[in-house]
Amino acid sequence: MASRSPALLVATRKGAFILKADASRRSWKTSAPIKLGQIAHHLVQDPRDPKVILFSSSTGHLGPTMFVSNDRGRSWKEAASPPAFPKAREGHKTHVLGHSFWLTPGHASEPGVWYAGSSPQGLFRSEDGGQSWQPVSGLNDHPEYSQWMGAQENGTPDGPKLHSVIVDPRDRNHLYVAMSSGGVHESLDRGATWKALVKGMAVVEGFPAEQLYVHDPHCVRLCPSNPDRLYQQNHCGIYRLDRPGEEWVRIGRNMPAKIGDVGFPMVVHPRNDKVCWVFPMDGSMVWPRTSIGGKPAAYTTRNAGKSWTRLTRGMPARDAWWTVKRQAMCGDSRDPVGLYFGTTSGEIWASRDEGTSWRCIARHLPEIYALECAEL
Amino acid sequence: MRVTIASPLLSYTGRREVTATGATLDEVLRDLDRQFPGIRFRMVDEQGGIRLHMRVFLDAEEVRDLAAPVDAGRTLHIVQALSGG
Repeated sequence: MASRSPALLVATRKGAFILKADASRRSWKTSAPIKLGQIAHHLVQDPRDPKVILFSSSTGHLGPTMFVSNDRGRSWKEAASPPAFPKAREGHKTHVLGHSFWLTPGHASEPGVWYAGSSPQGLFRSEDGGQSWQPVSGLNDHPEYSQWMGAQENGTPDGPKLHSVIVDPRDRNHLYVAMSSGGVHESLDRGATWKALVKGMAVVEGFPAEQLYVHDPHCVRLCPSNPDRLYQQNHCGIYRLDRPGEEWVRIGRNMPAKIGDVGFPMVVHPRNDKVCWVFPMDGSMVWPRTSIGGKPAAYTTRNAGKSWTRLTRGMPARDAWWTVKRQAMCGDSRDPVGLYFGTTSGEIWASRDEGTSWRCIARHLPEIYALECAEL
Repeated sequence: MRVTIASPLLSYTGRREVTATGATLDEVLRDLDRQFPGIRFRMVDEQGGIRLHMRVFLDAEEVRDLAAPVDAGRTLHIVQALSGG
């Protein structure tokens, strides 16, 4: 098989881009825009069939859709039947899909299976490589759906979202999802039934923590090297959960007090379950959600959250008011791990040494929504 | 009937003007979707609502109800408003 190049699949508010690197990951080249003008929410390569890339899209005005590439991003075809909620029965609450926010390939034993998390919160499954999608009724029609999700106005400004769809690599029936808002949920039967996993998670002061709709996990990741370990960046803290335990431990308490533990993304190490990375943001007063003090920094722990190290070499030392969204930071599986993040101001930064040093590899792009590593 | 297509939907039809048949707006849009798969869902949501920024005119008369009867002798104009940056 021909060796493939490290690549980044970039979803922006104005279309998608693909960045390709040489094998050393030193030199990066940005493609022409793909579907310019369409909102790109998430692009993900299929690890089971790397020719395949799914691209969740909408525009500000047309309805949402999905594009599929079967040639590593060279050409795109619209899905025959993109995700949509079922037609509501008379007298029942209606749901209209805003967009598919999050894409996750299914289990290695299920080629062609994909999951999509949507805004408003919904879970959809495809069994034909993204061509057609069916609602996962066990979640979307759950009798407590409205208690989990709350009203639309409880969601994020771009719409409430179901995200962080995780398939346990040991068990295709074991799924996790997270919702902003709505908490973290687990299914042991491929989505038929669900159980909330929010114990230990903080909520904004004054809100009732026993209500799931006030829980706002921003990004949950499972450690590939230890599928019993999850890390979470929440609206209210950084957490670790070791299964079969059910109580999240707030490892963000060990962050420097002046930085705090608010942020959007979470990245885990592909081979070391003690290592993860976050990108803290300002959660003070009116929640600017920018780099704290205009001084951007990633943080890493290499001991499962007991302590954290600030990573800034190469980044601007001041006057940089970045926001890095929950899907806009990722790591590759190379050694050492390459790390990447994209800003809402259209820059992509990369590290070839697990975060010790950083370099800007693209700028002047539209607002970046999501980055995913690929091999193209 | 004659149907004119908004520019954001030209990737489906490839041309500004097409023809479609049906006794109601819904039937015409379904016929369009048969000819140009996927176009209807970009205009009409899964609950049968015409999307917020889509506008459909029968000659100069705006139609918002999918059940509205249409006359094959008239022209259906599918247009799209634009807002935001």
